Amino acid sequence: MSELEEDPLEKSYDSKLLLRLLRYLRPYSGAVAVSFVLIVLMAGLDLVGPYLTKVAIDDHITKGDAKGLLNIAALYAATLVLAFGVRFGQVFILQLTGQKIMLDMRRELFGHIQKLHVGYFDKHPVGRLITRVTGDVEAVNELFTSGVVTVFGDLFTLTGIMGVMLAMNFRLALVTFAVLPLFFLVTDWFRRGARESFREVRVWIARINAFLQENITGMAVVQLFRREGRNAAAFAEVNRGHADANMRSIFYYAVFYPAIDVLAAVAIAMILLYGGGRVLAGGLSLGALVAFIQYSERFWRPISDLSEKFNILQAAMASSERIFVLLDSKPEIVAPERPALLPEVRGRVAFENVSFAYTPGEWVLRDIDFAVEPGRSIALVGATGAGKTSIISLLMRFYDVQQGRVTLDGVEIRQLDPTRLRSSLALVLQDVHLFSGTIASNIRLGSPISDERVQAAARGPRPPLHRRPAGRLRRRGEGARGDALGGTKATALVRARAGA
Amino acid sequence: MIQLRRLLPYLRRRRGPLGLGLLALLLTTIFSVASPWVLRRAIDDLGVELTRGKLWHYSAAIVGLVVIEGIFRYWMRMVLIGLSRDAEYELRNDLFQHLTRLPPRYYQDHRTGDLMSRATNDMVAVRQVLGPGIMYTANTLATFVGTVTLMYAISPLLLGLALLPLVVVSILVRVVGRRIHDRYEAVQAQLSDITALVQESLSGIRVVRSYAQEPHEIARFEAANQEFLRRNERLIRLFGSLYPGIQLLMGSGGLLLLWLGGTMVVSRSITLGDFVAFGVYLAMLVWPMIALGWVVNLFERGEASMGRIGEILDASAAIDDRVAGAAAEVRGEVEFRGLSFAYGDTPVLHDIELVVPAGSTVAIVGPTGSGKSTLVSLLPRLHEAPPGSVRVDGRDVREIPLATLRGAIGFVPQETFLFSDSLGANVAFGVAPGTTEAAVHDKTAWAAEVAQLAKDVRDFPRGFETRVGERGITLSGGQKQRTALARALAVDPRILVLDDALASVDTETEEAILSGLREARAGRTTFLVSHRVSTVKDADLIVVLRDGRIVERGRHQELVARGGFYADLSRRQLLEQEMERA
Repeated sequence: MSELEEDPLEKSYDSKLLLRLLRYLRPYSGAVAVSFVLIVLMAGLDLVGPYLTKVAIDDHITKGDAKGLLNIAALYAATLVLAFGVRFGQVFILQLTGQKIMLDMRRELFGHIQKLHVGYFDKHPVGRLITRVTGDVEAVNELFTSGVVTVFGDLFTLTGIMGVMLAMNFRLALVTFAVLPLFFLVTDWFRRGARESFREVRVWIARINAFLQENITGMAVVQLFRREGRNAAAFAEVNRGHADANMRSIFYYAVFYPAIDVLAAVAIAMILLYGGGRVLAGGLSLGALVAFIQYSERFWRPISDLSEKFNILQAAMASSERIFVLLDSKPEIVAPERPALLPEVRGRVAFENVSFAYTPGEWVLRDIDFAVEPGRSIALVGATGAGKTSIISLLMRFYDVQQGRVTLDGVEIRQLDPTRLRSSLALVLQDVHLFSGTIASNIRLGSPISDERVQAAARGPRPPLHRRPAGRLRRRGEGARGDALGGTKATALVRARAGA
Repeated sequence: MIQLRRLLPYLRRRRGPLGLGLLALLLTTIFSVASPWVLRRAIDDLGVELTRGKLWHYSAAIVGLVVIEGIFRYWMRMVLIGLSRDAEYELRNDLFQHLTRLPPRYYQDHRTGDLMSRATNDMVAVRQVLGPGIMYTANTLATFVGTVTLMYAISPLLLGLALLPLVVVSILVRVVGRRIHDRYEAVQAQLSDITALVQESLSGIRVVRSYAQEPHEIARFEAANQEFLRRNERLIRLFGSLYPGIQLLMGSGGLLLLWLGGTMVVSRSITLGDFVAFGVYLAMLVWPMIALGWVVNLFERGEASMGRIGEILDASAAIDDRVAGAAAEVRGEVEFRGLSFAYGDTPVLHDIELVVPAGSTVAIVGPTGSGKSTLVSLLPRLHEAPPGSVRVDGRDVREIPLATLRGAIGFVPQETFLFSDSLGANVAFGVAPGTTEAAVHDKTAWAAEVAQLAKDVRDFPRGFETRVGERGITLSGGQKQRTALARALAVDPRILVLDDALASVDTETEEAILSGLREARAGRTTFLVSHRVSTVKDADLIVVLRDGRIVERGRHQELVARGGFYADLSRRQLLEQEMERA
């Protein structure tokens, strides 16, 4: 549901957005150009079949020339093989390019997210950021692979068919085109209806998922409180909504396909009626009549494709807008241009009249003033929500203070490179977070720490940290980094296993 | 198709619509093969004795036939696909009902995501068998019979030749389609790896920042994406060849017709009308032949998916409620008699002997993993203890109807789980259905008061209507635990179980809760599982568990005097308290 609700589908068409998107095509302009040429070629080759039929009927079959037919057949065979090659090449080049563009976008997005300040993640749920990197990028890829380039292909096919028909017989062509507006109308009706009902189905699927997720996770509670029957009834209701929404979408499909068939039949009937009359009067060849019928059957594919692509285009625009909003959000905590250097961290930490609020006006820390001399331990004690974690977050410079200053060895931490600052502090995080992988890799977290040290860290020097009433804060040397984290994490792991 | 046989009852219950739908399908096919036949006559007549009047006839006939066909086609789709949605609805309900009967053990052995995927993704695959699977199979069959009969009537020789590429198309779709599916799955698997990686990296952003692991994370992400690209290239190579391949084969059918059919027209063995109609029939066969290969894959996937769904449906509900005797009011006396319990081969509890008189409070303390939670979970039969070892009011819990037993127990689990609903609905979660609204309101208000939740509720702008979870507000750990406590109290239970349920509540609030509970506890048997001495010190009986055995029992003063595990714990926590006050 959430992904639907954040869809600003209106005003999504924006030439600025499109221009910015096109920039991602630039490194692959060669491939895109080739693909474009191939698609035009393909549209042309698709026109050949009915025309060859016309020539075969008029010049050979009706004239009793069986030998000439062989030439036509050979020509047709050549067209088929060529079309196969062109088609494959086009799909391959285009899709692969799309994938490469996706890779570029994901790389850029993820790199940017890694630079953003921690406060950003308080306001933007992780789930949504994941959608930016995965789903939204995918939608933009659709724009490149099935959108922009193929739209030209469809337009070309459509104009091609119309051009050939007009050239073969101008008036009969116009008669046939009379059904075209109806094609557009029916397709548009279907597109709107199907899209709306599809959205509805998606909302219901999301509800089913949410309901299942919650009930499966909390099944023990459901059973303890004897809610089995009532929750099953509630589920049946959600399930019914899903089924009903699907029934509505079936309706659109059930009407659309027959309607297209009827329109195609009307086109054929009109060709037969008018064209047949012309054939009788000698103004039209039999072959042309047959070719007309064949061409008219090829109308609706590009038309329905075109409207389909309009949907893709809209979705991609909405997605790209969200992606760019993320890319444009500026990291608020960055390294100063010329960071102060601390050749050797001694570890004097001082908070000087620090006041801090996550949201302006709601002070979490007021006028905090203390200093810790190197090598000393400090325990921060207080009730939940008293601000213990905030003090540590400020020291790590996850956030910037609003008033006062935080210093390390007398240097304000804002003058230091945040990455270097954090490397020199070891933190026992209150919210224990486990990465998947082995215990050792969790303790190492990508740093080259020896096995012995990892094991020592895992053994842990003291009673498990999380049961102590307060978080603790202390300076640690470079080498002990694994230690502080290892103790907590290993305990958490053991605890997780015990709880399972 | 062994697994899919399970669907037969669902189809049998929809015999009527199924028959009707298939009839509509048959009529659709008959009318659809009829209109090219009219076209054939019309074209042949063009060369001979056609009049304007006849042209009108032919045109009207073509449109009329398609309109009638369209009406049947509409019915066919509405009925056949509709019934598949209906059967899906029923099957999914059955699945959920079965899920509500499975014991906690089952949920420990199966990941939530896996179960979800069976109820959704696998369900989609099964539904597709019932809907498009049946429809396209029947449609392919009918269209095939219809067109082939008429094409045979035109020219058996031409039929034989033109059909050849079509058969290849069917095989191609089947063989390549399956491999495409495999490669597609590989791509999807990699995508879900990428998603997991991003999720992990972003959820742990503070850890990543603290240890300056950004470059490492970016490198991991890059590697996963390179693999994604590689797998996609494999997919595209195959996928890119399938559709052009189909086009090529279909085209060669047309080629054969043009060449051989044309020659036959010249030699007058068939008419021009035959030639054109044959081409239309050939085109009509294209989709069914593609669908044939696709449908076979569909059935295969459905079979596998039904197997996975069947695994859930076949899992036994473990708790047998049949031997239960008559329902009787529960007074609340609890006894563990020679209780030993193991998870599979892992023993957890040994020889527990404990009698808890109705209305008294017993506290259970002990180190992590000593079996405290397991012990209390045996009471509402979340896990099944050996016969006769867990008794309530002197009766084996197995002999008490499950609904009565659980209805008498208010349980506050160790891990708080709330539903994304209003706060009030969460508190009233276990209140028996049929209770009047006013009574529900009173129970909710009282429970919230005792659990020290009421003052938080008053602070929320929408009070009890405040939504919790996903789309609502985020409660603090303590607020969540107090809500869970209120939920247990609202049932008005004879037996109250608090499984380490106040751990996230600060000591001050805890004291308030405990004093409120003292009144509410009157007449209720209460189990307090805790690490905190402050929580348990006033209990009528304190039991210390270690490695699944009772090692100490007595009142607070006695245990402190004895100088065992409990005394140790008490001393340590006193020290910490003093530090806090300092």
